Amino acid sequence: MADPRNHPPAEPDVPALQARAKRLRGHMLAMARGPGQGYIGQGLGIADLMAALYFHEMRWDPGHLTDPHRDRFLLSTGHYSIALWAALAEAGVFPLEELISYGADDSRLQMSTLDTTPGVEIIGGSLGQGLGQAVGMALGLRLNGSQARIFCELSDGELQEGSTWEAAMSAPSFGLTNLVALIDCNGIQADGAIVLEIEPVADKWRAFGWETAEIDGNDMAAVTAALAGARDARGPFAIVLRTLPGKGVPTLEAREKAHFVRINPGEWDDLIAELEAMP
Amino acid sequence: MTGPVYSKAMGQDEIVDRPTVDAPFGRALADLGAERPEIVGLTADLGKYTDIHPFRDRFPHRFFNVGMAEQNLIAVAAGLAKTSHVPFATTYGVFATRRAYDFIAIACAHSAANVKIMAGLPGLTTGYGGTHQAIEDLALMRMIPGLTVIDPCDATEIAQATRAVADHDGPVYMRLLRGQVPRVLDPDKYRFEIGRAAILREGSDVALVSTGLMTERAVDAAAMLRREGISAGVLHVPTLKPFDAQAVAAFCGRAAAVVTAENHVTRGGLGSQVAEALFDAGVMRPMRRVGIGDAFVELGAVSTLFDRAGMGTAGIAASARQALGVTG
Ligand SMILES: Cc1ncc(C[n+]2csc(CCOP(=O)(O)OP(=O)(O)O)c2C)c(N)n1
Ligand SMILES: [Mg+2]
Repeated sequence: MADPRNHPPAEPDVPALQARAKRLRGHMLAMARGPGQGYIGQGLGIADLMAALYFHEMRWDPGHLTDPHRDRFLLSTGHYSIALWAALAEAGVFPLEELISYGADDSRLQMSTLDTTPGVEIIGGSLGQGLGQAVGMALGLRLNGSQARIFCELSDGELQEGSTWEAAMSAPSFGLTNLVALIDCNGIQADGAIVLEIEPVADKWRAFGWETAEIDGNDMAAVTAALAGARDARGPFAIVLRTLPGKGVPTLEAREKAHFVRINPGEWDDLIAELEAMP
Repeated sequence: MTGPVYSKAMGQDEIVDRPTVDAPFGRALADLGAERPEIVGLTADLGKYTDIHPFRDRFPHRFFNVGMAEQNLIAVAAGLAKTSHVPFATTYGVFATRRAYDFIAIACAHSAANVKIMAGLPGLTTGYGGTHQAIEDLALMRMIPGLTVIDPCDATEIAQATRAVADHDGPVYMRLLRGQVPRVLDPDKYRFEIGRAAILREGSDVALVSTGLMTERAVDAAAMLRREGISAGVLHVPTLKPFDAQAVAAFCGRAAAVVTAENHVTRGGLGSQVAEALFDAGVMRPMRRVGIGDAFVELGAVSTLFDRAGMGTAGIAASARQALGVTG
């Protein structure tokens, strides 16, 4: 039985978390506006997950980022950094005003993650390196007698890397109960729509020995319920999140699904207004 | 107050105004594909970003996207080579050399499989940081027995080298410049040949020995030095392996000092090879190596990164003055 310290409140406040997710989306638009481009589609797509993790499920303290007993979030896809910067700034790790430096020379908030930025657990960007490190951290925490858990994000594109499946095979074999894989299936990768068949995703994780949930990753109630289900899992737990790139900004939701989105300077005000108008 | 400076994160730096050619590799490969049905194309989810789209569009049935899976990319290419095809496989240099190293060494080089690995984002051509900048790929690749290693300078050379690589029977690792690629070498005069260094200009004071896109900067640095009364020659060495040691030793032997310039760490690449060649030939000259130091490079605008590394035209010229002991 896990240490109750490491358990979030039983009942999530779904409307409050939805409001958080909307704020995160606003931060991301503000960030991408500077360079006029970036991984905004991906960021908007996982905003709900980020809100649920950082403002509900994870036991961590923005004032003690190196606490050895903190739950850890590993962002394997460094290019999703925009989502992490939004969550960390919203939690007060760095000032909201700093967000506009996204992607600028000498900024801490780059278009990919370096572990020198506070709150970043691993260097992402060379894809397929997250889950293996998550397995190692989960083993390490267990050896340390810590109740902390590891939440590792990975993308549908990363399901094509062999290293992902090497890690996936090892986790159940080691009997890890403190590891949650969060698989963002947004249907796109660098060359456009998924170029090589990866389905059935959930069946693959099940076959590899993971307890698995498959949900609409943009449905806050479903996200929090799946995370709750992972708490008392008897082994590693995989959540397959089906997300929509650009979620929350209708124009971006409808735009051709591109890995790297460029937006004209004149469009930003409209996009921000669209987000504001969403419930 | 100045506003934030943004990198062209996936872009390429343009320092001097030169005419450019769009996707020289992809065009050359598509032309070759029309002549030679045994040529096939592969990528690991980076088709758009490695300029192989002209080939894909013309020969969709001879094109395979294996998804983001670099080890499998190289293994599948090796299998195609072993069934009499000539595979050109594209990804970024970092992912080919770091993730698929063992597959390149064994399935390609040790097997003498006719695989052509075309590697994007060499050195500092991206501001996307250490995960995407191939800064040590030439050193890694030149250590592998039997592999040919090429770092072309411009659009002219990419087009010619693509053809030479297809004609060559054996595994090749070649760096790629993508998108709008500058033209530095005159296509009517220049002839690329695997294993041959090319004298672009003679000079008696300092020998600038360069590879890849640094040759563009070396040419500009030589012009800058001439204006100061320093006679600077430029030897372009596009093939790192097999290395034209004789030409390097002869060229450097005619000058008082040597500067090497590479878009790569200064250990294990061109600079090291020039030092080896000069030592072997008994040519002792004061020497400076321009390139990336012993540290991962940050994220930022490409031009900023080149300047900070001292790898711009001014940086090469400064190293030449140092090697010559000229102050000021
Ligand atoms: C090992 C590795 N190979 C290739 C790349 C280049 N790359 C960057 S993002 C990307 C697409 C990966 O798929 P996914 O994360 O699903 O993309 P998205 O949903 O963000 O479009 C690729 C191939 C990389 N970063 N790492
Ligand atoms: Mg994806």
